[in-house]
Amino acid sequence: MVDVPLGPTGAVAPADVEDVELYHPHSWVTKYVFSQDAKIIAIQYSFVALSVGLIALVLSWLMRLQLGFPGVFSFIDANAYYQFITMHGMMMVVYVLTALFLGGFGNYLIPLMVGARDMVFPYINMLSFWIYLLAVLVLVASFFAPGGPTGAGWTLYPPQAILSGTPGGQDWGIVLMLASLMIFIIGFTMGGLNYVVTVLQARARGMTLMRMPLTVWGIFTASFMALLAFPALFVGAVMMLFDRIFGTSFFMPAIVEMGQPLDRNGGSPLLFQHLFWFFGHPEVYIVALPAFGIVSDLISTHARRNIFGYRMMVWALLAIGALSFVVWAHHMYVSGMNPYFGFFFATTTLIIAVPTAIKVYNWILTLWRGNIHLTVPMLFALAFIVTFVNGGLTGLFLGNVVVDVPLSDTMFVVAHFHMVMGVAPILVIFGAIYHWYPKVTGRMLNDTLGKLHFWVTFLGAYAIFFPMHYLGLMGIPRRYHDIADMSFVPPSAHTLNAFITIVALIVGATQLVFVFNLFWSLRHGRPSGGNPWQATTLEWQTPETPPPHGNWGKDLPVVYRWAYDYSVPGADQDFLPQNQPGITRTVPGSSHG
Amino acid sequence: MAVALILVLVAVGSVVFHLVSPWWWTPIASNWRYIDNTIIITFWITGAVFVAVVLFMAYCVYRFRHQAGRQAHYEPENKRLEWWLTVVTGIGVAAMLAPGLFVWRQFITVPEDATDIEIFGQQWQWSFRLPGADGQLATSGAHLIDPDNPLGINREDPKSQDDVVIEGGELHLPIGKPVKALLRSVDVLHNFYVPELRAKMDLVPGQVSYIWFTPTRTGTFDILCAELCGVGHSQMRGKLVVQEQSDYQAWLQDQAARSFARLTPAAN
Repeated sequence: MVDVPLGPTGAVAPADVEDVELYHPHSWVTKYVFSQDAKIIAIQYSFVALSVGLIALVLSWLMRLQLGFPGVFSFIDANAYYQFITMHGMMMVVYVLTALFLGGFGNYLIPLMVGARDMVFPYINMLSFWIYLLAVLVLVASFFAPGGPTGAGWTLYPPQAILSGTPGGQDWGIVLMLASLMIFIIGFTMGGLNYVVTVLQARARGMTLMRMPLTVWGIFTASFMALLAFPALFVGAVMMLFDRIFGTSFFMPAIVEMGQPLDRNGGSPLLFQHLFWFFGHPEVYIVALPAFGIVSDLISTHARRNIFGYRMMVWALLAIGALSFVVWAHHMYVSGMNPYFGFFFATTTLIIAVPTAIKVYNWILTLWRGNIHLTVPMLFALAFIVTFVNGGLTGLFLGNVVVDVPLSDTMFVVAHFHMVMGVAPILVIFGAIYHWYPKVTGRMLNDTLGKLHFWVTFLGAYAIFFPMHYLGLMGIPRRYHDIADMSFVPPSAHTLNAFITIVALIVGATQLVFVFNLFWSLRHGRPSGGNPWQATTLEWQTPETPPPHGNWGKDLPVVYRWAYDYSVPGADQDFLPQNQPGITRTVPGSSHG
Repeated sequence: MAVALILVLVAVGSVVFHLVSPWWWTPIASNWRYIDNTIIITFWITGAVFVAVVLFMAYCVYRFRHQAGRQAHYEPENKRLEWWLTVVTGIGVAAMLAPGLFVWRQFITVPEDATDIEIFGQQWQWSFRLPGADGQLATSGAHLIDPDNPLGINREDPKSQDDVVIEGGELHLPIGKPVKALLRSVDVLHNFYVPELRAKMDLVPGQVSYIWFTPTRTGTFDILCAELCGVGHSQMRGKLVVQEQSDYQAWLQDQAARSFARLTPAAN
């Protein structure tokens, strides 16, 4: 189990590949706009994704206003409401979370953390961003198109997605949505291939796979999964576009719409659901695995302790990634599919809880006997564990087929997935931005504003989504423009809805503090130096901060140890950078080089 | 210190909320008490895990907070501990999955003596079809739908003679009799959902899905659509009235008379 024997140089393999000459930008435009530097591309991706996030945030306010104070805001009619929820959902899942974790953090961190000069295909990497931007523009254009954006729900289930009873169904909305998704997938594929190949081919000498930081493992696994999962959505989008534009019947059986028989026959609405969730469930982990990886590194760094059970963490990531491809139909227990599927998908779904639980144990065991610095990134990491455990556990309700039956399609589901793949990964994103901002800008984010942002966001988000489960348990369905006239809903439920809306407005407004901090600290933040957190991983060891194009100056780093040498007994400081030779250690029962 | 305290409050507060909040499921009106029981088991197991994890974190944050001279313990792995935790988790998961699958088998196995009824969805209204004296429903199809035959019943089928059609109204069912509801949609996905029954299932155009249940409590319950079906989704409501057998028979005869008067004008 020993990976590479210790020693300053002896164990390090000679370079397989010569250091390559990078593309050199010749003008401001090629340096900062059509840039081929992964770090600039990362900032471009992040800026666009965070901007889309702000749009999605405003949409969530609008839908919450309707739910909390029904009828008060007359412009939020049923049409608008369904358009808002649809765009909010799709934006957050695909255009914010996926783009930010892979396009943003992936681009910035992969080359730096594995000790490469850049992504292996810089030109394709640049194209990836511009195609992503095009996808965003097409998506946003649907707000201005005749009929407005689609209101089919982010799952876009046919037949309703392309019929006239749904906003945008017979107008431009659904067409632009499907086109935008297809463009996004093309752009992502370019980026995703880059991330995977860079990790496999461009690691520094000595950076074995089992020495990589878990951040890289998380993003790598998620990128690989995305390359396998997105094609299913692409195919579904193509078929639905054909159904909508050319009148084919991939997903359309014989239908009588508002008394008029349509000229369709033989298609299967369930086929789309299988395609969608074959993408959609891995998508949950495409968002979660980078968050898992990043939070592992935040906890380890700020607790000054090696991540506990590193190898188990890597295997758990891979197991989750693989299993997530055989659980998709747990979204379809009450879809009318063959009910015998329920046995299989409930079993696979609950099995996935085991590697997930291992990760949680290892995070909290990393805290145990640590030396915990309650920095802002650490606070976000702790809050991630709370919300992720909470949302993960409610997943055991929904995954367990028969328990899902009363809860499916209720507010319980909304509360669950917001907690587990909304709040939890976003808390990691915030923690990660507070953590890596100094590397990107050379300055620290303001701590006081950071703590204010943290406490309101964490406690507020918990206060929004924890009680929401109980509305679903009571039976209130999701995607209801109006829950009036339900005999089983007591007046107190409406009060709770109003409370949730008010908290959502406060939490949303608090994000402006964060945005302000991002811009204010650019000039006024405390200079950070190259390694303000005294972290071990390579991105903190660059000769210059922020790192210039090419990252490493003249010589590429050489890696002598794993990413988690914190508080090594006998060392004269409590962290040993991965590129620091010497200082061997022997810990009984351990096998890390 | 403050951080540890707030973590404790989050854990304790969540449990207190669970115990005292007025928001809980509706009193059950069907045979699916097993589902409620499985949810209770799941609440216990997951609640214990949540509280344990958060309290342990709070303990660590307090006990191992940064102080002058503290050094973290260097221990990359602890195989024994990791395997213990894995096995215990596996047992906990099995304890939830086993009852879940057991009840699922009951959920999808329709009893022999269940009465077939049809629940029919369209944007944005519920309709129902009950078998008459023969206890059987006629075949049907979307291509047969016309203004005189809104559910597309196959009139050639002799079983269609006594089928009772109720458009956009209330569904009445007798207490204590198992029902197999055949679910049909003519346009988009809908979902037949009565919170008090606990059961729900999508109506999918082009196919027939089903659920079964036995009403166990008389009363009037809301029928909701639980699958987004277009802009009128939240207005797609109906009523389920569970009655004693004698009341139900009286209602059924009345409906039958109206149904035939409306649906077979040519025969008169």
